[in-house]
Amino acid sequence: MNEIFQQLVNGLALGAVYALIAIGYTMVYGVLRFINFAHGDVFMLGSFTGYYVAPQVAKWFPLPGWGGWAAVMAVTMIVCALIGIIIEFLAYRPLRNRPKLTVLITAIGVSLLIEYTCQHKAVFGASQKAFPTLLPAGNFTLGGLSFNTTQFVVLGVTLVLLAALTFIVKRTRMGMAMRAVSHNSAAASLMGISNSFIISFTFGLGSALAGAGGILYGMTYTGIEPLMGVNVGLKAFVAAVLGGIGNLPGAALGGLVLGVVETYAGGMSGISTYRDGIAFAILIVILIFKPTGLLGSKQIEKV
Amino acid sequence: MKSRFLILPAVAALASALVGCKPGSGDTIKVGEFASLTGKEATFGTSSHEGTELAIDEINAAGGVLGKKLELLTEDNQSKAGEPANIVNKLISRDGVVAVLGEVASSRSLEAAPIAQAAKIPLISPASTNPKVTEVGDYIFRVCFIDPFQGTVMANFADKTLKAKKVAVLTDAKSDYSKGLAKYFKEQFVKNGGTLASELDYNGGDKDFKAQLTTIKGAAPDAVFVPGYYNDVALIAIQAKELGLTIPLFGGDGWESENLLQVGKDAVEGNYFSTHCSPEDTSPKMTSFVASYKKKYNKTPDAMAALGYDSAYVLAEAIKRAGTTEGPKLRDAIAATKDFDGVTGKFSLDAKRDAVKSAAILQIKDGKFNFLETIAP
Repeated sequence: MNEIFQQLVNGLALGAVYALIAIGYTMVYGVLRFINFAHGDVFMLGSFTGYYVAPQVAKWFPLPGWGGWAAVMAVTMIVCALIGIIIEFLAYRPLRNRPKLTVLITAIGVSLLIEYTCQHKAVFGASQKAFPTLLPAGNFTLGGLSFNTTQFVVLGVTLVLLAALTFIVKRTRMGMAMRAVSHNSAAASLMGISNSFIISFTFGLGSALAGAGGILYGMTYTGIEPLMGVNVGLKAFVAAVLGGIGNLPGAALGGLVLGVVETYAGGMSGISTYRDGIAFAILIVILIFKPTGLLGSKQIEKV
Repeated sequence: MKSRFLILPAVAALASALVGCKPGSGDTIKVGEFASLTGKEATFGTSSHEGTELAIDEINAAGGVLGKKLELLTEDNQSKAGEPANIVNKLISRDGVVAVLGEVASSRSLEAAPIAQAAKIPLISPASTNPKVTEVGDYIFRVCFIDPFQGTVMANFADKTLKAKKVAVLTDAKSDYSKGLAKYFKEQFVKNGGTLASELDYNGGDKDFKAQLTTIKGAAPDAVFVPGYYNDVALIAIQAKELGLTIPLFGGDGWESENLLQVGKDAVEGNYFSTHCSPEDTSPKMTSFVASYKKKYNKTPDAMAALGYDSAYVLAEAIKRAGTTEGPKLRDAIAATKDFDGVTGKFSLDAKRDAVKSAAILQIKDGKFNFLETIAP
């Protein structure tokens, strides 16, 4: 019985990271109607930013410690936001009016470019690195379950960031502009909204969340390497589709569902190899019965 | 638009440069090498490549073989499935190498072996321990022991030294090496009267092992056998510690990498693994190898480097004995390797083209690999 709850805790912590990344996919899709396949690599760059920033931050704030952790998170989110904006500016903006397929292929190209450049000795190198300890280690048992501080922080940070994001999108002028561009970009620009600015902002916001995900992931699983974003990025993409692409709460829900299912499958003898396969099989089943995803609404294709 | 026209001449220049430097001189003997220089198991490929390169340099400095210098053509397979086949095809058909050295990981050696076999070009693997590798054909050799031996050694070790009665096994289902080693370990361990508490799998490159480790913890074993590669093992050890799993972990030669210590830190302390040799060995061969390796690369060699070094020397010696680089004759000469005095010990190749040699058991202590014991075949 204990084991079942323990796995639930493990699964939610994993799912929370998927959720943070899935939101980036879903937001960009919402505004530009294309999948930014380089998003998983921004997540990876987030982990590495944390890796290199932490020793610098440690000069001012004690690490491991809460102040230092917050500083690393903040710096990483800013750096990742800038990276996202630069990627959009250099790779996608010149293709704004080209067919969506062109942009999609470019996204895959950007992703590979980042992965293989980062594997070079002069950048990060290919071998796995140990993510620095940012928070004081706190392993404690509660009713036979072992928790650590990191797991709570991962869940807590995810919830806070989700709430902040929902606020930005639903309650601010910027969010209104984002929704307007998503709804009809031509009409939005006629109303005086700068499409380019809104798109940059969307990329920045999504990438900042991916950066936060990178830090949380590094804190939970410790090993970081330049190809870590491939699998996680794919899972987060699946989470976004599972929840209904373009739908923010859907992306979060999809991430959590995927993380929990995957963890239960991984803990079962005999099927633990197929944990990824089972996660994807569930995606297929859900999409057969609900093609728009868990929380997605029907969309009328504009002709 | 202007930038596009600037790129074109640059591409043309690059293309002509590539064509210009096509290797094709007849006064060297070309030896191909494929290794995982980047990607998941990057330290394996880097180590074995450095060992191989050191050996080739020494051989050339001593005058080469058959009056010619050896030319090592190294290709990176990025630790990825699919790449070894491409690379070895290219090395054999385009570059015309006389022999191929490579891969540490059994899955990747297994991918390249049929190509070398079909082309009748000898392939010597430095460190692939899965028995299937040399079963591919009579042109495939290796200079390391095989997993039935390593699995038996570790099962006896679990039984006698760790006094473990119940062991959990966590296997990398993506790797032929891990699956093979797990199988031979389980067979021997059960034969010794032990029980398997739980058997779980992961996929190499995974980062989250908490699901499997939680189940293992629930089964309450005395120890966990993890026949995986160092990058995954480091994370498994860390996450096991976080979940409060305090029993020893132990595994095979896939553990041996500095990276295990750098990433695993105090979580890997006290754990055990079997490997091919230890740099602490005081034989004159090993001491001189360690000294020249340190001089060239400024670090202590590991077993993969020593095996890479031995594989190049086995090949060079066979070329000398054969007096030619023709495939069939060279094959026969390699197969006849007997009492070869290598860095990893004195060994002969048996009828199955596998090296017969002893294994060393190391323990991780104070952030170092400490030599524990040698077990003869």
